[in-house]
Amino acid sequence: MTLLTILRVKLFDWLPAIIAVAALVIAWEVLVGVLEVQRWLLPPPSVIINELFDSLASLSRHAGTTASETVIGFAVSIVLALLIASGIVWSRTVERSIYPIIIASQTIPIITLAPLLIIWVGTDIMSKVIVIVLFTFFPIVISLVTGLRSVEQEMVDMFRTLGASPWQIFYKLMLPTSLPNFFAGLKVGAVVSVIGAVIGEWFGASSGLGWLMKIAGGQFQTAKVFAAIVVLSILAMLLFAVVVAVEKWSLRKYPPTVTRVIRLGES
Amino acid sequence: MSPVPLTTNKANDVSVDHDDALLSVANVGFDYDNTPILDEVSLTVDRGEFVALVGPSGCGKSTLLNLISGVLPARSGAIRTGNRVIRSDRLGNVSYMQQKDLLLPWRSVAENSRLGIELRGAGHADSMEQVERLSRSFGLADVLDMMPWQLSGGMRQRAALLRAVLPENPVLLLDEPFGALDAITRRSLQQWLLNTLDTSDRAVVLVTHDVEESILLADRVLVMAPNPGRIVANIDVKIDSSLDGADTSTSPRFIELKKRVLSLLNGDESGSGASQ
Repeated sequence: MTLLTILRVKLFDWLPAIIAVAALVIAWEVLVGVLEVQRWLLPPPSVIINELFDSLASLSRHAGTTASETVIGFAVSIVLALLIASGIVWSRTVERSIYPIIIASQTIPIITLAPLLIIWVGTDIMSKVIVIVLFTFFPIVISLVTGLRSVEQEMVDMFRTLGASPWQIFYKLMLPTSLPNFFAGLKVGAVVSVIGAVIGEWFGASSGLGWLMKIAGGQFQTAKVFAAIVVLSILAMLLFAVVVAVEKWSLRKYPPTVTRVIRLGES
Repeated sequence: MSPVPLTTNKANDVSVDHDDALLSVANVGFDYDNTPILDEVSLTVDRGEFVALVGPSGCGKSTLLNLISGVLPARSGAIRTGNRVIRSDRLGNVSYMQQKDLLLPWRSVAENSRLGIELRGAGHADSMEQVERLSRSFGLADVLDMMPWQLSGGMRQRAALLRAVLPENPVLLLDEPFGALDAITRRSLQQWLLNTLDTSDRAVVLVTHDVEESILLADRVLVMAPNPGRIVANIDVKIDSSLDGADTSTSPRFIELKKRVLSLLNGDESGSGASQ
């Protein structure tokens, strides 16, 4: 298959998304014009695009801050989730002591914790990382625990008859078995981590897209707020794409049924 | 024509432990949720001997293999494989092929086959060399790089057997290895197993529902009865190689043995079917 053919196939795959976004943008542009909506209230896409180019340097700088916080927070979340999920499947005591805390941590509105975190750890990167971790580790832990527990008892018995140690059973059987579930949790976490970074920045920062949105919003620079939202979306999609790419590589040897998408409408 | 020589022993008659026995099970019992599954089960298997366990579903055949392999703890009695008497010592030292092939879907055939020796610490090159050495006789040489989901059921079973055999443990347990296969593949794999498996230095226990399979492959057939599971007969079925001619399964001795085992499975513990 030539490069041109691959590009054509990819373009065809993305065509519905391109058409849907284009239709939305055109409808927005036309409706804002026809209804004469004030620009400070809802700017048309053309103004937002202009703002994107005019503030490119500033947006890039703030996006860099948010991206670093997001990547660090997401990475910390993954490590933490791996440790917690492993502990939960390894020991009943760990499960009984940690699970209630994990569930309780998700019942607290994290948005109310963010100002407290600023007081406790300051306005530097640490407070944002903690907010991101609070947002993201839960879906990752739950998906990982589900994946680790999806191992069939017969498989564990087979490993035991081969003389495997508990550690060998964990990393040669349970971890590979859990990968499809793990990546499902990572995909949720990747998108949510960007929201966590913005909330962290909203309550105390000196840079970052969340901080920029707060300042611009306060000055009724709505186009700048939307421009920051566009950059945030791109950031979240990039992180999501990275997770999908790592997932594809990690599951490249798995049966096609693991990654196969069933579409009832096309059956 | 002389009558077919058959020996029938009650459970206790086969429990006599002796030095040649690689596997010895003495008066073993097992309960599940306070329900007795196995009661006073005893058997011995010598070096070089191939023993088949036949019995109806639910009589505890697979449970017995789980006890021998060390996966499950016995409620009572003693199990010895070689000089190993402690359950945890048997884990990893008894080769056990379960009913399903249980191949890891993310590993190639070669990587699945070498799993047992890899877990024992064999290096990649060394374990791959061992896999490649045996792969031809197992009919897997051309599919070593393929993934399990690309193989037929028969080939998957061969890979699972290679994984079980490679650690070279003295006791090999086979739990209905061909149970999920169609009749033609099953027959060809039975013949292949007879030709391939070097049992001279091993004690092999095969669990099967298939009476013909048990007679074809084994030296002795132990017949089990349910509720609770116990051994009700021990039948010497070793067929003289001179009878192997056109089709062993149509020989008078084979038919006689089959009648005998079937009558025992039907609840006639005297095995009167043999004289019919």
